[in-house]
Order: sequence, then structure tokens, then C-alpha cells
Amino acid sequence: MNYWPLLGILLVVGGFALRLNPMLVVTAAALATGLLGGLDPVAVVSTFGKAFNDNRIIAVVWLVLPVIGLLERYGLQQRAAALIRGMQGATTGRLLLLYLVYRQVTAAVGLHSTAGHPQTVRPLVAPMALAAAEQQWGPLDPAVADRVKSMAAATDNVGLFFGEDVFVAIGSIVLIQQTLATYGYALAPFELAIWAIPTAIAAFVVHGSRMLWFDRQLGRARP
Amino acid sequence: MITMAWLYALAGLMFAGFALLSAADRSNRRRFGNAAFWGLMALSLLAGDRIGDFGNGLLVLGLAAIGGFNLLGRGTPSTTSDAEREGWSARLGNRLFLPALIIPAVALAGTLLTAYTPVGTLGLFEPKRETYVFLVLGVLIALAVIHAWLRAPASAPLQEGRRLIDSIGWAAVLPQMLAALGAVFAAAGVGEIVGEATRAVIPEGSVFLTVAVYAIGMAVFTMIMGNAFAAFPVLAAGIGVPLLIQQYDGQPAVIGAIGMLAGFCGTLMTPMAANFNLVPAALLDLKDQYGVIRAQVATALPLLLVNLALIYWLAFP
Repeated sequence: MNYWPLLGILLVVGGFALRLNPMLVVTAAALATGLLGGLDPVAVVSTFGKAFNDNRIIAVVWLVLPVIGLLERYGLQQRAAALIRGMQGATTGRLLLLYLVYRQVTAAVGLHSTAGHPQTVRPLVAPMALAAAEQQWGPLDPAVADRVKSMAAATDNVGLFFGEDVFVAIGSIVLIQQTLATYGYALAPFELAIWAIPTAIAAFVVHGSRMLWFDRQLGRARP
Repeated sequence: MITMAWLYALAGLMFAGFALLSAADRSNRRRFGNAAFWGLMALSLLAGDRIGDFGNGLLVLGLAAIGGFNLLGRGTPSTTSDAEREGWSARLGNRLFLPALIIPAVALAGTLLTAYTPVGTLGLFEPKRETYVFLVLGVLIALAVIHAWLRAPASAPLQEGRRLIDSIGWAAVLPQMLAALGAVFAAAGVGEIVGEATRAVIPEGSVFLTVAVYAIGMAVFTMIMGNAFAAFPVLAAGIGVPLLIQQYDGQPAVIGAIGMLAGFCGTLMTPMAANFNLVPAALLDLKDQYGVIRAQVATALPLLLVNLALIYWLAFP
């Protein structure tokens, strides 16, 4: 077996660890891996280009940017913050816990595209989480504000990942079904989706308690 | 039938608009870098199917060169100041949330309509891509509503969109680059090598340790590939099916479903999953590009242990 393509992985890991520009790291790794795997240079560039073209669906999501930008122009972030300031007992942790529930439940019923980093986290959830923290603890240190925003993004990811597999018609369930079918194990999507429920509950408990704990950490980070 | 090609064309026109506005933005010293970068994205979306695989490859190398050698700047499209925004927010009140809700509402209505009514059988939309069609339909309706209500200048949607895409920069293209890297890895046989390597470290006869290698292997290989979808077939072929299911009689449904979720724990911990971990760091203007990953590790690691234990208990009762 030809082990040389593993050097490509090493390039990626090393490049990311050294914080080199990811565009260069990825391109170098792709070219190196392809060449070491025995493809000729034209075939490597073609494979890379074809796969890029096959994944254009990822770029379609950016169509939401004009709407989000336009709403920001009219103060959407400020409005989201004002809404939180008007609420009694709103804390960053409780707010993110609520968003975790929303994200998990909507993803579990197939509505994963109703939220996301450009659509909801940047214009709504992050400003709300910041406003709640400022309301409770006063002006935030920039490093602490960054942590609050990171937690908002993290909550979106955790809610999505550990909610979507409960829905039967999601890509990952189809992939599991098809992979196991090639070995002769015929499973219905439903049989697979129910086994996503225990992990969904565990994710809610682990991340949810972290969010409530985060409120205490914020209190301690106060200058 | 409305297919993805329509949506690519629309997105392509948007990126072409970003490119033209970038070229005209004299406040940005690197304006031609931005124009070339977003112009290449427009070309990919508008003509990717016509320029051949090698042509697409050269296009990607162009994107990588512009993004990688720091030729991208940040434009300053005309927008409102923070004070003006506070003013608008106070004047418009919570009604400002309504247009933001149009996109999810249309996605919800569209999904229900195609799933539970005869509309889904009419063949109006490309199968399995309905969500994207309705996402974009929601965008168009929201733009129309906002325009009718607030009367922003006609260039505002593109200029505000450009403000956001410039703040994201090359990170906006990175997820697609990483998906392409995954394809090159697969073509070079990285999957088989990893499958063989994981088999080599498994101790004979221990169900628990085999489960552990399977679950942790899913997470680690997902971190390398940036995607649990790429890791699953490899680990299923290497360990899941031959050892856990066939040799130790484990339940296939549990091993498949929870194995995938163990991979998702890896997704939370890797910069390779750029659209989940690096793009939001750019969108939120974080100082540390790995800030989101840092925030996720303490959820991902305990959850990986939970998945490992769940496979052990539920698949081998």
C-alpha cells in the first residue's frame, strides 16, 4: 500500500497548527496528496476543480447576506439587544439555552435551514447574548465579549448537529442507510433516527449545563 | 422545474455585483483583488458547468492565490452609522424582526407544502433541493418587503451584502475548498490507508476497546477530513461492519447512527469544518479564528465519551 498520501494530512494538520493561511494550506495539501497518490498534475487540478464545482451548493447560502446586511442597516442588531434589555431575568446562559432548544427541536423536525450563522447568529443571537451579559455585568472586556460571541456560534453548531439526525430525511441518515445496505443490512431511516435521540438528550444536558455555568464564569470575569 | 442551476445563476449574479462594486470602491487599496476574487466566484457559479474540470481547477487555484497571498482588502460600502442604527431601531421597534422572520417562515411553509400536500408531486422543484429553493424564495420576498417598507437606495442590498462578504473574506470560499480537498484525499486512497491503520491498533477480543477505537476513530478521522460523511464509510468498512457487527454481533442501527454522531463530535473540534467553525469566527469578528472551536471542545469531548458508552451499552445488550 502507498502511504505517501498521508503527507497531505500532515501538511493540513501542520499548516492549521502553525496558523498559516488556510487557502494555501488546503491547496498545497490537495496538490501534494494527489501527486503522491499517483495522479498526474493535470488530473490533480481537474479532480480539485471538479469537486469544487460539485460543491457549489455551499455558496448558495450567501444569498441571505443582502437581506441580513439590509436589516442591519436599519438597526436589527441594536433592536435585538434592546429587546433583551427590556426583559427581566434574561441572562446570556439562559438565552443560549433557549436557543439550543430552538435549534435542536427545529432541526429534529427538518427545519435546519431556519437558522444558521449568517441568518440568526450574527444578526440576532450574538447581539442578544452580548446585551444580556452587559445588562447583568456592565461593559465587557473585548476578550470576554469574544467569548460570549463564540458561545453563541458554538450553541448553534451543537443544536444543529445533535438535532438534525433525529429527522429521518437528512443526508447523514441516508448515508448511514446506504453504507450499511451495501453490506446487506437493510434498515429503515426511522430505525436509525431513533438512535439519535439518546445523544440528542445528552448534548442538551452537557451543553445546556455549560451555558448556565457560563453565567457564573461571566460573573467572575467582571473587572 | 426550478433546479439548483437557477439558484447558482442568481448567486453568481450577486457575486458579479459584488465584484463590480468592489472594483469601483476607491477606499479599498486592494480593490482589484476583491473584484478578481468575487469575479471568479461569479464565474464559477454562472459557468462552472461549461469550463470543464481543468478550467474549474485553474479557477480554484486563482481563488487560492488571491486569498492566500493576502490580495484581498476590505471595502467600505456606504451604510448607516451606529447612532443612525439606534435611531432606526427605536423608531421601527420590534416590527424590524418581521422581515427577518420571512426567510424561516417561507422555508417552513415550503417544506410543509412539498412534504404533506400534492404540491410536492407536481415536479416544480428539483427533488431533495426544495429547502434551498424556498430559502432563496424567502430571500427574494424579504428583499421586496424591505424595499417596499423602508425605501432603501436600489444599490443598498448589494452594497450591504458586499459589506458582509468582505468581512468574511476568503473564509466564505474555504468550505467549498475543503470539500474539494476531501475529494482529492478520497481519490488518492487516504480512506483505505486510515481504515487499515485503525484495524492495526485494535486489540483482539475486547468489545469495549473495539468500540472505543471505532468511536474515537470516527471523531479523529472527521477532524482530518472536516466532515463525518467522509469518515463514516471508511470506519464502517474498517471496524463497524467486520468487527462490531459481524464478529461481535452488535446491532447495526446503533453502530451506524451513534457512530455518525461520534463523528459530529470531531466536527466541533476541527478548523477543517470551516463553515461551522471558521466562517462564524469571521462573521462575528472574533480576534481568535479558532475561538468557536475553543468554545466547543468542552462540549465535544464529554459527548464523545457519552457516544462511546452508548454504543457499548445499546449495541451489545
